Amino acid sequence: MSAAFFIEQLLNGVQLGVMLFLMAAGLTLVFGVMGLINLAHGSLFMVGAFFCSWIAGQTGSFWLGLGGGFLAAAAAGALVEVLVIRRLYDRDHLDQVLATFALILIFSELARWVFGDRPLYLDIPPVLSGAVPLPGGGGYPAYRLAIIGVGLVTAVGLYLLIARTRLGMQIRAGESDREMIGALGVDIRTLYTAVFALGAALAGLAGGMVGALQSVQVGMGEPVLILAFVVIIIGGIGSVKGALVSAVLVGVTDTLGRVFLPQLFGLILPPSEATSVGASLSAMSIYLLMAGVLAFKPKGLFPVDA
Amino acid sequence: MGPELSRENLVNAVLALALLAAPLIAVALDEPFYVTLASRVAILALAGVGLNLALGTGGMVSFGHAAFFGLGGYVAGVAALHGFEGSHFIAWPLEIGGSEHMLVIWAVALVVTAVVALGIGAVSLRTSGVYFIMITLAFAQMIYYFAISLPTYGGEDGLSIYLRSGLPGIEAEDPLTFFLVCYALLLGVIYLLHRLVDSRFGAALQCARMNPERLATLGIAPFPVKLTAFTLSAMITGLAGALFAELNGFVSPAMLSWQLSGEIIIFVILGGVGRLFGPLAGAALFILLESFIGGLTDRWQLVLGLVLLSVVLFARGGVIGLLAGKARHD
Repeated sequence: MSAAFFIEQLLNGVQLGVMLFLMAAGLTLVFGVMGLINLAHGSLFMVGAFFCSWIAGQTGSFWLGLGGGFLAAAAAGALVEVLVIRRLYDRDHLDQVLATFALILIFSELARWVFGDRPLYLDIPPVLSGAVPLPGGGGYPAYRLAIIGVGLVTAVGLYLLIARTRLGMQIRAGESDREMIGALGVDIRTLYTAVFALGAALAGLAGGMVGALQSVQVGMGEPVLILAFVVIIIGGIGSVKGALVSAVLVGVTDTLGRVFLPQLFGLILPPSEATSVGASLSAMSIYLLMAGVLAFKPKGLFPVDA
Repeated sequence: MGPELSRENLVNAVLALALLAAPLIAVALDEPFYVTLASRVAILALAGVGLNLALGTGGMVSFGHAAFFGLGGYVAGVAALHGFEGSHFIAWPLEIGGSEHMLVIWAVALVVTAVVALGIGAVSLRTSGVYFIMITLAFAQMIYYFAISLPTYGGEDGLSIYLRSGLPGIEAEDPLTFFLVCYALLLGVIYLLHRLVDSRFGAALQCARMNPERLATLGIAPFPVKLTAFTLSAMITGLAGALFAELNGFVSPAMLSWQLSGEIIIFVILGGVGRLFGPLAGAALFILLESFIGGLTDRWQLVLGLVLLSVVLFARGGVIGLLAGKARHD
């Protein structure tokens, strides 16, 4: 096994992690500020992917598609927040889980209605279709590197937004004392809608970018949603920093586990068994990671309300 | 608390009788499809009854009960496979083969789910709130991926059960007989749970949900009470899973999926959280909607989504709450 192969897999893991971060950031913000579990976040990811590939298919421009997916997800998020989600803030988590589960069903069926049953495909933009040489030989797809870049820029931007801007100050105030910020004259309803739309837009961005790597179809959001939940639980719900750290942790664990665990078991087991045992353990690895973290730190790595 | 003729008891009795009458009428009209449908309702209601003990009575929102449902299913599937082939599940140090006896399969399903639930519960109950919801989900996903990677037992494609197991003296291949077995189990379990909830243990469990600190000051540690209830709840759902696999003659990782966990929660909520017959009302409504709207339009999921959303937003307390008014302790 060469160093280049290892670096390539590590970058794949980071790329998955960065994508998960875009999903998890919205989830964790919405939970931290509004106390809401949103299962329908995966549907917003799907909305972003569908609009991105549809617009790109119609106009021939990936970039227009990506922008469109971003805006469409934000709009869908704002709409859902106004119609449904804002009635759920005062409810217990059980009602929230159920109502947003219902939203998944509605979104999936609507997507099937509007875009049809057949998966859509999206081409990688020509600028990014090449490969970037890796130290030690071999190359790495430029598109995946670009995803990593976008994710990191978003992370920094999100940090600046929350730490340095007026909106960010209101978001942080909303996290710690909702009544007080309302009494101080901040329009809490609009703030909540804005936060929800922001999270949705990030999910849509992730969906649009991933659309070029896999087929765009109904149900694509849910596996990512589950992983994003694992991420925010490991990171500590409400913590954007925790989400970033644990997203990369989960992405790398998942990718490296898939590649190397079967090889590792090949050392001690016959090949056919090694493949199946290794594959099952690697699929389970991130859940093992999560159970392990929670067993020792029941509120995640970066607990917010500690 | 003896039986009293409250509106809720009346609704419960009507529900129980309706579920019994439906397949009898279907047999009389020679519509065997509806017998199977009634069996589905009874079995899924049983799964919901199991979850309701953890979720409704104990306040533990498990988003991973499909794990137990699927495990029960796999017990039935694996037993049938080895029984059919005459091969062994474990050849050494003990010879454990398959089985065609329903009672044996039930017992194994109960033991397996109990052991797994003890492990999952012991870790998960260290957390609470959203973390509990998510960690139970994570464990269920682990088992889901584990089942997918088992080529011996069908992997992603699942296992077929060619012969339904039987009870001594009872021909369970007959749909109506199989329904009656499921129905008897459902009512039996509901009765036992009714007794359990009214017992000292049930009082402790409800107190653990409402005010764990107070329970602790009374000298009862909440953790073992909750763990016991979680395990019992998982065992009931596991039993339902074994029946479900026998009904369909098929078990696959889909029985372990998180969507199924969601559906079991839906049964409970749709019917009314913590109500004895709530899961039956919920499962019946769900399956009726599914088969009738599913027959009318391909967009059944859209309708289900809208129905669910309106139940959550406007009809808190579920079907039973709507029909029978508020629960005594709410």
